[in-house]
Amino acid sequence: MSDTALSGPKGPTARNIFAALQLDTRLLGMIGAFIVLCLAFNVFTDGRFLTPRNIFNLTIQTVSVAIMATGMVFVIVTRHIDLSVGSLLATVAAVMAVVQTDILPSMLGLGHQGIWIIAIVIGVIVGAVIGAFQGWMIGYLGIPAFIVTLGGLLVWRNVAWFITSGQTIGPLDETFTMIGGIGGTMGETASWVCGLVAVVAAVWLQVASRRRRSAHGFPVKPAWAEFTMGAITTIAILGFVWVLNSYDIPKARLKRIFEASGETLPEGLTMGYGIPYSVLLLIMVAVVMTIIARRTRLGRYIFATGGNPDAAELSGINTRFLTVKVFALMGALAALAGAVAAARLGFSTNDIGTLDELRVIAAAVIGGTALAGGVGTIYGAILGALIMQSLQSGMAMVGVDAPLQNIVVGTVLVLAVLVDIIYRKRTGD
Amino acid sequence: MDAPLVELKDMCISFGGVRAVDHVSVDLYPGEVVGLLGHNGAGKSTLIKMLSGAYKSDSGEIRINGKEVHIHSPRDARAQNIETIYQTLALADNLDAASNMFLGRELTSPLGFVDDDAMEAETRKIMGRLNPNFKKFHAPVKALSGGQRQSVAIARAVYFNAKILIMDEPTAALGVHETQMVAELIEELKKQGLGIFLISHDIHDVFQLCDRIAVMKNGQLVGTAKTTDVTDDDVLGMIILGKCPAGATPGPGALVDEAAVG
Repeated sequence: MSDTALSGPKGPTARNIFAALQLDTRLLGMIGAFIVLCLAFNVFTDGRFLTPRNIFNLTIQTVSVAIMATGMVFVIVTRHIDLSVGSLLATVAAVMAVVQTDILPSMLGLGHQGIWIIAIVIGVIVGAVIGAFQGWMIGYLGIPAFIVTLGGLLVWRNVAWFITSGQTIGPLDETFTMIGGIGGTMGETASWVCGLVAVVAAVWLQVASRRRRSAHGFPVKPAWAEFTMGAITTIAILGFVWVLNSYDIPKARLKRIFEASGETLPEGLTMGYGIPYSVLLLIMVAVVMTIIARRTRLGRYIFATGGNPDAAELSGINTRFLTVKVFALMGALAALAGAVAAARLGFSTNDIGTLDELRVIAAAVIGGTALAGGVGTIYGAILGALIMQSLQSGMAMVGVDAPLQNIVVGTVLVLAVLVDIIYRKRTGD
Repeated sequence: MDAPLVELKDMCISFGGVRAVDHVSVDLYPGEVVGLLGHNGAGKSTLIKMLSGAYKSDSGEIRINGKEVHIHSPRDARAQNIETIYQTLALADNLDAASNMFLGRELTSPLGFVDDDAMEAETRKIMGRLNPNFKKFHAPVKALSGGQRQSVAIARAVYFNAKILIMDEPTAALGVHETQMVAELIEELKKQGLGIFLISHDIHDVFQLCDRIAVMKNGQLVGTAKTTDVTDDDVLGMIILGKCPAGATPGPGALVDEAAVG
């Protein structure tokens, strides 16, 4: 039915246009809700919400939760849950902090160039190992994920306490703190280059996919639909870069930067921040996770197991080991998120990542991941994290009381799932 | 006749003290359809799951082309060209037809990525042969009708050059037309020399499709018979009472033995 609708020469009615673009209507709904939300906040804050400065802040505030939300998609798709990510983040952040402030400087010397990356690599390994251990208990010992990770929630928060003896560790390595957000941005030129590379890659992927499909003789989208999609992608990417570039570095700070390198600030010069490295990290995580989900056997098996665990097993998939892999991946991503969170603060504190597990699960669920398993997307989870963060910081800007903020966020979570259930019933997806 | 394609000898399996399959021996020749019959809980599906690798037998011997093989997992069974179409279809509802067909055996590009387009092309080819009306290549199989889902499950078994096919109630969820389609397919596969184990509750189906039958009751084999040597009533007597008629070869579960024991 849909095949004839796509290749047919009919005139473009509204319904046909959506069908031809092959857009995910669910995604459109979420983007629509997000835009309405932003516009509403913009009105209530007299235009302060949609400024480059606020958008910049929103993106860097979202990164840590969004990185973990991509991993949570896989966990929930395989019908599990991970309540330990916030505590796991704290343990790994503590490990990374101790490694870069105590251990490495005594071995390599303070301020060594390699400290930041070694600390992150060690953190990711520790995170993956802890995740794999939890996954092993779930997959091979048969303890429910809810219980294992509820235990983990208590255990890892306090293991972090023991690692640091309850102290705040810092200041962290200077290069390391650059992945935290405003302290590390690419500048305008590099950001434009990044944006252009992304556009070229996106267009190339679209062309390659169309060529492959027509080589096999499958129906392809009409050319105008391809052009529209390409144009939308291009505008979205370059628009995002433009907004981040439009947030100018404050005069005083710019002056300090120039003075640090022994120059004086030329009159009238302004410089934008550009893309923060943390956002670049999130984008890379999103791309890698999407590739895993769509283009690898691992991803195919994750979704198959979530859809029907018995069928997956009868097809020769080792679902136990798969559980270990999924939780190890979640642990590694919690470590990356921990690096971003600690770098943003400049310190590793005991309460870092508190309640993050709930934000992460909420982001994945608002983003369309079904707790029943088998359904979920990476981009949805990131959008979900962005919606959560916008709600929270929008309400703070409007001046909503803190208790009411949480009431609203909780209500939105439940409503989002209700809307999703109604949508799925209607469309039969 | 040639050597048997499959010999199951003295197969036993217990679940928590219950002997689900108790010293059952059956064989299967190339180009033959053997129907496995019995009540619910008679042990047919359990017997067959030991051959397909879903269960591991407690004791017994599986011989394929006269050679003993050890089947510990579904992968082992697939390596022996044993394909199974399960009663519950064993499809991942959230994935499309091609993903299900190649589940566990995905085609990959030279870089090791899953090649969805190649799999879709192969799926379109085999569906063109099995079920030309099949058009929903991009919908999750949840959105398909019972017959369409069945054709996905059958396509999966046929595509990978099965030598031995196990069909657990292949027509239970199907309409008249689709049942006919399955019957024609079984005929065609027989001609190609496949051996087929068919589990069914429908006596009519069994007489139409099978060359031989094996009847189980309470985990034991009542007997085996050629469909030409017995009548409907004989077979019903075997299933319900465990009574072995004159035209059949009695097994350890036949009524005589049962009377002697209890």
